[in-house]
Amino acid sequence: MEKSLSWREFIITRLIQASGYSAILFVGLIFFFLLREGLPALSEVDASSLLNIRWYPLESHVGILPLISGSLVVTLGAALIAVPFGIGTAVYISEIAPRWMREILKPLVELLGGLPSVVLGFLGILVLAPFLRVFLNLPTGLTALTGSLLLGGIAVPTVVSVAEDALDSVPRAYREGAWALGATKWQTIWRVTLPAAKSGVLTAVMLGVGRAIGETMTVMMVTGNAPVLATGLGSLFSPVRTMTATIAAEMGEVANGSTHYHVLFFIGMVLFIISLVVNIIASSVVFRAKKRAERILS
Amino acid sequence: MMTKFLSRNRHTVQRLGFIAITMVVIVTIIPIIGTIVFILVKGGSAISLEFLSGFPHDGMRAGGILPAIIGTLYLTLGTAVFSVPLGIAAAIYLSEYAKDNQVTRLIRLAIINLAGIPSVVYGLFGLGLFVLFLKFGTSILAASLTLSIMTLPVIISTAEEALRAVPQSFRTVSISLGATRWQTISRIILKEALPGILTGVILGLERAAGETAPILFTGAAFFLPRLPHSVFDATMALPYHLFVISTQVPEMPIQIQYGTALVLLVFVLTMNVIATVIRSRARARRQW
Repeated sequence: MEKSLSWREFIITRLIQASGYSAILFVGLIFFFLLREGLPALSEVDASSLLNIRWYPLESHVGILPLISGSLVVTLGAALIAVPFGIGTAVYISEIAPRWMREILKPLVELLGGLPSVVLGFLGILVLAPFLRVFLNLPTGLTALTGSLLLGGIAVPTVVSVAEDALDSVPRAYREGAWALGATKWQTIWRVTLPAAKSGVLTAVMLGVGRAIGETMTVMMVTGNAPVLATGLGSLFSPVRTMTATIAAEMGEVANGSTHYHVLFFIGMVLFIISLVVNIIASSVVFRAKKRAERILS
Repeated sequence: MMTKFLSRNRHTVQRLGFIAITMVVIVTIIPIIGTIVFILVKGGSAISLEFLSGFPHDGMRAGGILPAIIGTLYLTLGTAVFSVPLGIAAAIYLSEYAKDNQVTRLIRLAIINLAGIPSVVYGLFGLGLFVLFLKFGTSILAASLTLSIMTLPVIISTAEEALRAVPQSFRTVSISLGATRWQTISRIILKEALPGILTGVILGLERAAGETAPILFTGAAFFLPRLPHSVFDATMALPYHLFVISTQVPEMPIQIQYGTALVLLVFVLTMNVIATVIRSRARARRQW
């Protein structure tokens, strides 16, 4: 019996270890399959046409610049919304709100994080886009701005939970010191607590932006999907098309193994690398990593 | 002079600041509540027994959404089958076995990266690996596997958190009584950490249930007038169905759109509420 027990123990330990290592395997597999299907694009079309400003794959125009610029415009707009609202809410929850208020606000913000993006896109089409069209007197309400507003909302829960965690981990003594010196609560927040939590707040912003750039369904539904090169602030009020939306909208209709198919995988590869860079930088920003990891994800 | 000026006005500044930040919070919160209430009100009138238990007909412009509801249930269960055991095992490894070395750090980095990969990229990966390379076809199996990998980081990190919260003394006592490491984990630690793990599992599955992009090319069917027969069948799913009827089908009755959004929202919110309740009850009851 002793022997069978130790055998069982051995096998279980190995299984558990393999499960732990599987995360590395999956990241590797994802990268491998993106490369496998995406790299042929580079031999089928040369780099200059990939960096062209026309995306019209039916006539072999596969310039991805309009898509990259579309993603950038929408994401930038989303960041402009998510950063003040996300950090403001985090400061309120962590520093100002009474306990009962915190107990209400935190689950509410989590709820926003759990809303399916397709539901937000649906409301974007039916409510937000018509409103913006009339309010701003635009020819169409399906614009980059509509996408930015909704994406900002989608990024807020990420920013709030990571930033709130960072604020929470600032030692209470810092605040007490400031109060003892006569600072008001407000002064303490701006001159002591927030600066002390700087790196964590930065991580929050980066992860929020990462969340926004990868969002697919909402932007596909509300940004109008016109692959036009965004050139300035004016693009915010016209239809754009992002990288994610392009993949989602076109992958279902291409022939497997065609140039178009490979280019779509190539775009996926670019997105993967962007998210890899954002997450590696964000996670290397030093601050108590253990508790944060949960927040990033939930 | 300057300090005097500041000290006299700083309380006014604080008052204005607090008002401003409260406004920020209100502007953040109102759309959340507004969205939920709006869908509940608008969709409520579409809900009927026929809508919930019937098949769509007339090009989906009439009838019910049963295949989409069942499809989402299948996909959520399929995701659970793969991601729950794997995720919990990985969490056990990180919390109970892993040493603090380079490999462990690499695993953690991999998990953080998995969490950050855009959902549509998961869709591409699932298409490349499961649908085409392993030849599962556009199927429930391929879609569930894709969703599983996407869900994994949520389950691993919340389960690890729950396992780590169990005090070290539990382990010490159990081992000193002659239990093996696995006996300690399976009979003591897992039991204590169960509510936390369950919360993570439900939150992960909630995300999987609401996702559209990963199943677009791996398992979602535009229209299927029957229930799937096996795991190799494609299936309708609530999020994809909502996308289809709100963007792809002309002259779609608005009532059916709101009704579908409502069913999806209720599905997801119920999971969210259950997870929140389990967590807060476990916190209140905790004796260590």
